[in-house]
Amino acid sequence: MMFDAKYEAMSRDELAQLQIERLQATLRRVCRNVAFYRTLFNERGIDVEEVRDLDALQQLPFTTRADLQASYPYGMFAVPLRDIVRLHATSGTTGRPLVVGYTRNDLDHWSGLVARQLAGVGVDEHDFVQIAFSYSLFTGGLGFHYGAERLGASVIPASNAANSADQIAIMRDYKTTVLAGAPSSALVMATALEELGLHPEELQLRVGLFGAEPWSDDLRERIEERLHIKAFDTYGVSEIMGPGVAAECEQRSGLHINEDHFIAEVIDPITLAPRQPGEEGELVFTTITKEGFPVIRYRTGDLASLVEGACPCGRTNLRMSRVKGRTDDLVIAQGVKFFPSQLREVIMQQQWISPHIAVIIDRKEGSDTIEVRAAVSEQAPFFDEVSKVSELHDNAVRALRMSLGLSVQLTFVEIATLRREVGSKGMRLSDRREL
Amino acid sequence: MLRVRNLEAGYNKLKVLRGISVHVGAQEIVTVIGANGAGKSTFLNTVAGVQAPRAGDIEFDGQPIGGMSSFEVVAQGCALVPEGRLVFSPLTVEENLTLGAYTQYKQKRNAAVERQMERVYHLFPVLAERKKQLAGTLSGGEQQMLAIGRALMANPRLIMLDEPSMGLAPLVVKSILETIASLRDDGVTILLVEQNSKAALGIADRGYVMETGSIVLEGTAQELLNNNDVQRAYLGKDYQTIDER
Repeated sequence: MMFDAKYEAMSRDELAQLQIERLQATLRRVCRNVAFYRTLFNERGIDVEEVRDLDALQQLPFTTRADLQASYPYGMFAVPLRDIVRLHATSGTTGRPLVVGYTRNDLDHWSGLVARQLAGVGVDEHDFVQIAFSYSLFTGGLGFHYGAERLGASVIPASNAANSADQIAIMRDYKTTVLAGAPSSALVMATALEELGLHPEELQLRVGLFGAEPWSDDLRERIEERLHIKAFDTYGVSEIMGPGVAAECEQRSGLHINEDHFIAEVIDPITLAPRQPGEEGELVFTTITKEGFPVIRYRTGDLASLVEGACPCGRTNLRMSRVKGRTDDLVIAQGVKFFPSQLREVIMQQQWISPHIAVIIDRKEGSDTIEVRAAVSEQAPFFDEVSKVSELHDNAVRALRMSLGLSVQLTFVEIATLRREVGSKGMRLSDRREL
Repeated sequence: MLRVRNLEAGYNKLKVLRGISVHVGAQEIVTVIGANGAGKSTFLNTVAGVQAPRAGDIEFDGQPIGGMSSFEVVAQGCALVPEGRLVFSPLTVEENLTLGAYTQYKQKRNAAVERQMERVYHLFPVLAERKKQLAGTLSGGEQQMLAIGRALMANPRLIMLDEPSMGLAPLVVKSILETIASLRDDGVTILLVEQNSKAALGIADRGYVMETGSIVLEGTAQELLNNNDVQRAYLGKDYQTIDER
């Protein structure tokens, strides 16, 4: 079912008119109200009045994660703060957090877009939607919450359920039909279900919408088999909106991009040249309705391709493939985004630990495990004292948890072994998860 | 129905419209709001062919109409109710209405014109009561009704109104706007330009906010009412800093 058929099934011609109108208005607003864009366009000699068609968007500069970090906290807001009614932020593990502000209209659009993606996979007002995303500065929980509420479904804000057994109890007793959460959490719940000796058919669950971390078709199959549901992919980026940027319909032939709110491009992450539909590259989004936090050509760092052509579901908007990976080595594990080099930085701050590390990420029963293999420096005066080494170990583990929020298993190995393992770069990452 | 892209217009060296893109769907009520001097009237006049565009495209039902003269635009089915009403004061109400039908008028009054006039009288009964009265003796509200009636005589599919609330008492404004909204039920599409943004958004489906010759916001009427910038645009105010209170 289409929640908003006027826009979801708009003719390409009408959509192009709507997009150029909204793009032009957005460009004028950012020029007027966001010093970053005003300066950027002035420096490059760009007159936004010259943007007369959608192709002209390609003449505009990109916005990067670094630009947003430099604007911390409110530098990219396009309205006075009194017009902002909600703040969300990224975790900030990879640097300063990115703070995103929403006006009342932004929240209204956002709810509508999430309602679209729920309706698109057959969810309606009769459903009970259990939201296992965290309700926090992270956009997942509240994003899905407002969308499901807009649709008229019964919302179960279950992110605080202490463990997966509690989630299962809620799911069984409250007759949950739809689960929204991270795909890894679905696997954890499947395991809990088995441990409780319950059969999936004892639940009413039929649909799952998953996102916020990469997951493969293989993982999708496993989730579907173990929970007896149909699992759908959703794509969201907090800097763009949160959930609701793009999502699969029941056809599962790519994720429909909400083009009446976001203009999508795919570029070569090295040359920055545009990529043709079907060619993989970095996803770039321009928001065309956002009031609080508009972004022009924001580089997401996510790799995917665009899919042209009509979908049998009747929606006319452009689709994107499922996200294939990242342009950088950003890792999402235990629900935290981080660069492996950040682990090394923390280790290097520890006295008497050699700066070489090997990082092994794996997934056991749906939970991500992070093993860091390091070596005690040969210069350490207490090289042979077990209690001192053990203290060193505990301090390092605590530092990793404090600075990155990661639960890391630290193993000390012989430095010679480690050197062979990591080679000249000083570190090595192996991600053994079957995503 | 109406699709405008990158429209530019001005007077001599003055650039008034700086690339306007706007669309109006069939049987939609769309409003363009903004402060005095934003370029709203220039926009309507340019679409109506009163003034020539400098650049950009205007399409009406898929036909390019940019640069057509005003009578050609009317013949396409697109009529303008100008700002300040501009009724012909020394003529009677009926004569004013007949003049509005000039695109169809052939020597004698034909049946189609009669039917149009009946429709206008049905819409504005007060005009029927005063059909023999000179237009100049009507009240402001009645003159506005006459101006709208005169535009309807051309049997337009799109009617464009420039500040119909101007100089009218609030109650009269309400009644005029309600009548305008009711035209949609007759299959007429409406493009309304107003400084009285609250009244205009009260009847519109969608709207655009114009500031110094540019569109800075597009959205449903409700969204624009929610937007504090709309209030600022209406008042012609701008904020200086992000944390201004």
